[in-house]
Amino acid sequence: MSAYNFAYLDEQTKRMIRRAILKGLAIPGYQVPFASREMPMPYGWGTGGVQVTASVLMPEDTLKVIDQGADDTTNAVSIRRFFERTAGVAVTEATVEASVIQTRHRIPEEPLQAGQILVYQVPIPEPLRFLEPSEVETRKMHSLEEYGLMHVKLYEDISQHGAIATAYAYPVKVEGRYVMDPSPIPKFDNPKLEMEAIQLFGAGREQRIYAIPPFTQVVSLDFDDYPFAPTKADHACDLCGAEDSYLDELIVDDAGGRMFMCSDTDYCLTRRKAGHIGAQGVPYEEASV
Amino acid sequence: MTPLLQVEKVSKYYGRRIGCADVSFDLYPGEVMGIVGESGSGKSTLLSCLAGHLVPDSGAVRFDTRADGLRDTVTMSEPERRMLGRTDWAFVHQHARDGLRMNVSAGGNVGERLMAVNARHYGEIRDKAIDWLGRVEISDDRIDDRPTAFSGGMQQRLQIARNLVTGPRLVFMDEPTGGLDVSVQARLLDLMRGLVREMNLSAIIVTHDLAVVRLLADRLMVMKDGHMVETGLTDQVLDDPQHAYTQLLVSSVLQV
Repeated sequence: MSAYNFAYLDEQTKRMIRRAILKGLAIPGYQVPFASREMPMPYGWGTGGVQVTASVLMPEDTLKVIDQGADDTTNAVSIRRFFERTAGVAVTEATVEASVIQTRHRIPEEPLQAGQILVYQVPIPEPLRFLEPSEVETRKMHSLEEYGLMHVKLYEDISQHGAIATAYAYPVKVEGRYVMDPSPIPKFDNPKLEMEAIQLFGAGREQRIYAIPPFTQVVSLDFDDYPFAPTKADHACDLCGAEDSYLDELIVDDAGGRMFMCSDTDYCLTRRKAGHIGAQGVPYEEASV
Repeated sequence: MTPLLQVEKVSKYYGRRIGCADVSFDLYPGEVMGIVGESGSGKSTLLSCLAGHLVPDSGAVRFDTRADGLRDTVTMSEPERRMLGRTDWAFVHQHARDGLRMNVSAGGNVGERLMAVNARHYGEIRDKAIDWLGRVEISDDRIDDRPTAFSGGMQQRLQIARNLVTGPRLVFMDEPTGGLDVSVQARLLDLMRGLVREMNLSAIIVTHDLAVVRLLADRLMVMKDGHMVETGLTDQVLDDPQHAYTQLLVSSVLQV
């Protein structure tokens, strides 16, 4: 434990990252460059999110880590264990108990509260990247608010698929100014981006941090005649019966059998504990015996 | 009558080498001006300075803006200049792939400038794109094809449609027919002549092909080593060249 500074990163680095976070909060949606450090995990595994989490973590914090909504996947378990060992903070799987939540590709179903911080892992922070390969040019487009190109992508979607087919990493405009990539969350989660909690986005390989302060206006881009629509599998959770949560589809046998279940494991479990049962579920007490 | 574009002593140096020096002229609404000269004579440098792609070292390029009348585009702020670049100006590149997004469908290419000026209705954008593809003789069933699937002539026509869709007042063209075979060239020239007359466009066309300027341009400017050596009505310059270099240029044209 004493071999590491609290939360792994040294204090100078944390200060540098906190400055970037503060700047990001002051200019919602703006990508702030920062000197991303080597972390003891490969790029693409959440190095950006981990650095942001390390910089905002306090000894009295309670940390929750989710990967695609789940608390029990490899990525989530390793990052949670990493901070248990290097920071000694309390950890939890319950969304309501956590003060800092690091997430990969989901926003928890339970609405977040003031005082909570949601940290996103971001692979590609530049929403215009695949439309305009030059970073010099995209930065200029951001600074001059030239966002026509973003709609070209949506136009292409409609002309090819008959609807806006972008299902994740759906571009948003933050506070009427910056177009932002909300990280690869499903577009089902986009309406939740307007929330009470602080949202921080860290991209380690790309060396960018950006943020959405609480109660900030976040609008998903669309056309007048093809308005934005959040989508999910047209089904209820087979374990807890929830009809309002984002679902994972699981193939369960070789005969094409499948089941749908909440991607947010904590949400599902909380509902099952409260007595909700889905089509293929069993009561919580029986399952846990 | 106010000129649409007033160019005053524009000079651009690349270190100690001259790009173009002391070029001045006025361009009036509806007028087409040709700039001819050999390779390296400064034609493209001059065009880039006029279109705001390069910053001239000295001189002024005044454009008759819709809101404030004549404004110097060299000293105006970058957002204003880029706004002009996607509304009142159009730039047709020699190579269509410089002016098109090759991984975006034809319709998306035409629609981009509309969306850049805040068109947010898919149906209207698409209707306009189909209309413009028709005007440049691209059938509407090709609207969802990418430019990579188009021939060179079609790519060039698509580039023209993409540029003219927002109704610009001034078009810059850099060798618009370069690299196309003669029959395709002829159709393209015919098309451009029609559009220029129909939309009352002003245009500046840089080329080394004298036949192109003979067909399209009202006025001609001949450049040599970065300097303007002769200027006048197209027919006058081509039929009765005064400067030795112009005489050489005119007499160098291969007769078929």
